Amino acid sequence: MTSTDTSHPDYFHKVVDCQWACPAHTDVPEYIRLIAQGRFTDAYLVNRHSNVFPGILGRVCDRPCEPACRRGRVEEKPVAICRLKRVAADHKDDYRDRLPAIPTQKNGKKIACIGAGCASLTVANDLMPLGYEVTIFEQFATAGGLMRTNIPSFRLPAAVLDEEIGTIVDMGVDLRLGHRVESLRALLEEGGFDAVFVGSGAPKGKELNIPGRHEAAANVHIGIAWLESIAFEHVQNVGKNVLIIGVGNTAMDCCRSALRLGAQSVKVMARKPRQFFKASEWELEDAEAESVEIVINRSPKSFVLEGGRLKGMMFEVMEYEFDARGRIVAERVAGEEFYPADDVILAIGQENAFPWIERDLGIEFDKWDVPKVDPVTFESTRPGVFFGGDAAFGPKNIIWSVEHGHQAAISIHQRCLGKPVSERPPRGMNLQSRKMGMHEWSYANDYSMTERRLVPHVSLKERFKKLNIEVELGFTAEQAAAEVQRCLNCDVQTVFDAKLCIECDACIDICPVDCLTMTAAGPEEQLRTRLKAPATNVTQALYVSDPLKFTQRVMVKDEDVCVHCGLCAERCPTAAWDMQKSWVKWPHAADQAV
Amino acid sequence: MTFIPKPKISHPSLPRNELGLTRRDYEGALSTLCAGCGHDSITAGIIEACWGISVRPENLVKLSGIGCSSKTTAYFVSGGHGFNSVHGRMPSIAMGANAANRDLYYIGISGDGDSLSIGLGQFCHAIRRNVNMLYIIENNGVYGLTKGQFSASADIGTKAKKGEVNQQPPIDPVLLAMNLGAGFVARSFSGDKAQLVPLIQAGLKYPGFALIDVLSPCVTFNDHEGSTKSYAFTRENYEPVVEADFVPKQREITADYAAGEAMSVMLHDGSRVVLRKLAADYDPTDAHASYDYVQQHIAQGEYLTGLLHCRPTVATEFHALNRTPDAPLNQLPFSALNPGSRQLEKLMARYR
Repeated sequence: MTSTDTSHPDYFHKVVDCQWACPAHTDVPEYIRLIAQGRFTDAYLVNRHSNVFPGILGRVCDRPCEPACRRGRVEEKPVAICRLKRVAADHKDDYRDRLPAIPTQKNGKKIACIGAGCASLTVANDLMPLGYEVTIFEQFATAGGLMRTNIPSFRLPAAVLDEEIGTIVDMGVDLRLGHRVESLRALLEEGGFDAVFVGSGAPKGKELNIPGRHEAAANVHIGIAWLESIAFEHVQNVGKNVLIIGVGNTAMDCCRSALRLGAQSVKVMARKPRQFFKASEWELEDAEAESVEIVINRSPKSFVLEGGRLKGMMFEVMEYEFDARGRIVAERVAGEEFYPADDVILAIGQENAFPWIERDLGIEFDKWDVPKVDPVTFESTRPGVFFGGDAAFGPKNIIWSVEHGHQAAISIHQRCLGKPVSERPPRGMNLQSRKMGMHEWSYANDYSMTERRLVPHVSLKERFKKLNIEVELGFTAEQAAAEVQRCLNCDVQTVFDAKLCIECDACIDICPVDCLTMTAAGPEEQLRTRLKAPATNVTQALYVSDPLKFTQRVMVKDEDVCVHCGLCAERCPTAAWDMQKSWVKWPHAADQAV
Repeated sequence: MTFIPKPKISHPSLPRNELGLTRRDYEGALSTLCAGCGHDSITAGIIEACWGISVRPENLVKLSGIGCSSKTTAYFVSGGHGFNSVHGRMPSIAMGANAANRDLYYIGISGDGDSLSIGLGQFCHAIRRNVNMLYIIENNGVYGLTKGQFSASADIGTKAKKGEVNQQPPIDPVLLAMNLGAGFVARSFSGDKAQLVPLIQAGLKYPGFALIDVLSPCVTFNDHEGSTKSYAFTRENYEPVVEADFVPKQREITADYAAGEAMSVMLHDGSRVVLRKLAADYDPTDAHASYDYVQQHIAQGEYLTGLLHCRPTVATEFHALNRTPDAPLNQLPFSALNPGSRQLEKLMARYR
């Protein structure tokens, strides 16, 4: 294994597991430190730079960062990254004068975005400061897309949406509410736009075609459409017994909404056992805390009617066999069971639908009737038409849509500059020492033994009184102050200079997690077997230095469980180790050379 | 010196020894020595060695005198018994403690000042009495605590940090110990744990006085060009001649030694020290031959390292010589420890 090239922007970026896992590459440790200093507005802006909607995401993000968090590898639970984001959003001051100025002199390029969801809004956010004129077409009378229609207000209050969407719209976006695009051809031919971004989401809920579906139509609802009707107050009540079919995050929103509309018994019916559930663990927990029963191994067979009215559903009771890796290898039907229901909500997935895109525009669709979209540029097969968010690759989540928006904005900017969209602005990395003195670092390097704080919730008695009572209260000041110290500052990197090392072993001896070893050079698989502590997590890199001057051995660091305490650098007599903050440069449209 | 304590968190898959303890359980207080001090590496070696042979922390006695080296007993096995004696007088305390309780492991940590200047007499007599202890000299050639004056182990011609050259001949603890009849004499280097850890294990198990002279560079006062005890100089001039492996009783000797080059010294509990010669013309079990060999190489400016001399010495061990009871004093009945006033009267009568 040759010595590690740490000048590649990805090496240190990967060490910051949360930032690497985040589709938008939010500088998590940086904003957590700013929260620790009480600099909430600064923390908010670090977030906003990459994820655009910190207040929204601080409540409902799918949190890919948290399973990745290194803290989860040295103790039980990761840092509550998502909820700290909300702390920044809840306590920030007015920041609008710190956003990029919007030029009054426009650049003469006009961009159309279809659907006012997170992807289109991100495109507008990135292009408005560059002088573009952006028009967003939205079918409903409010902006926000699925964030507003599908996420219930007891999880995401309208005020939070209004504020963060307002920030972008106030940049001078031409937001056409209640304007449904019925024909892309018309828009392309008559709109006079230089580029079109399709961010229309995945608005079609999947159907369950089993006997009785048609007859019971009055009491069988498609989940996302039903949530939308609740959001627009078209639906205000539901029957006593409610069954939810499916066990994804939409199902969780449906069951909890049903409780608030007056249902007395809500059951979520899952076809498979719990380990196959698609819903996030915390959403399952929240639903179960509200006495929603999740019934496993029940496969829908038919809707049962009596006197033309839905009476319940018949389910097949499933049994599964698993292999050693926990995969299902065989299934059989063990019996049937009837569950009474006054209303049934189908939450078994959603898909994109483009009835308004003519198929002869040069936009190719694949065999699933999904447009072919370049995963890097987000351009369709018709130059100048871009897709992003759920409209591009099917349902993902908000944070992915935001990143799609950033990337599409880069492409649109490239195209309008007359450059190839495949030419992407370069990524980069900066390192800056955190050394302040002999034993002083400009970050809190001590390891806090504090356990993960739990976000307080509104009491079960209070929360059902109104549909829009936000259940999570957010961290208290004391909780936030404790939680921030759990962050390991993985962005403060251990940077090694082999030329300075005198091979005294001091760093190896002090390392609390035994991640350093000086040993003879060798191939990676072999190196992993002869380190001071086993390096079995192959997803985490081994750092290998240049040969050391006295013995030609190499310094090897297993990045897996380093807690970034800085003791290696503190014990180093020659400053061969240093603690340096890594700044990942993940370019946006504004970073492009003109 | 470090301002934050070493975090209590540890590697999730840190191996455990027979007692179910990890290396971290053998640590002590955080070192306040200079960053990069060789002594800290030796401390880490002791931690690794004690963990490796599953020493019960409460069965370890740590003794020291005065000096940088003598501070280090605080930095390992905080569950052991510790004693900081008067400067140079650690061997007397070790002697007394060992006489009272022969069942414990004794590890004395000393420095070149503590052992070769003020405590030289004590050091010599502990060897003569063959006290069952491991005696480690953390040898850096300078008085670090008093800012770097030459110690008694400084070589002729070595330069101090400010440039003066030492002209007095050094006392070599290895030659001295061989001369006085020590049965286990080793030299090692703080920067070579692969060599040091098995030596410490063998020394702890050896039934008699075991000396390890560990070259331990003083990173603050003796790590410059012209010093013969710097990291750079030691790396260039140290020459391993005998590798030692400690093999516990339960384990077979599995290492693949070439015929004729390995010899094993059986210890009283059935464990063995396996010596592997790296120099063909060297016999570490022969006291005279090894003395000559080491001396010749010192004259050539080479630090020979490894277990330079090892022989069974059960018969001359302190307790054997003095025919003491097999059990430690705290396990003897009161009547045996205190024969009573009548016996005292009888004894006194003999002197009247």
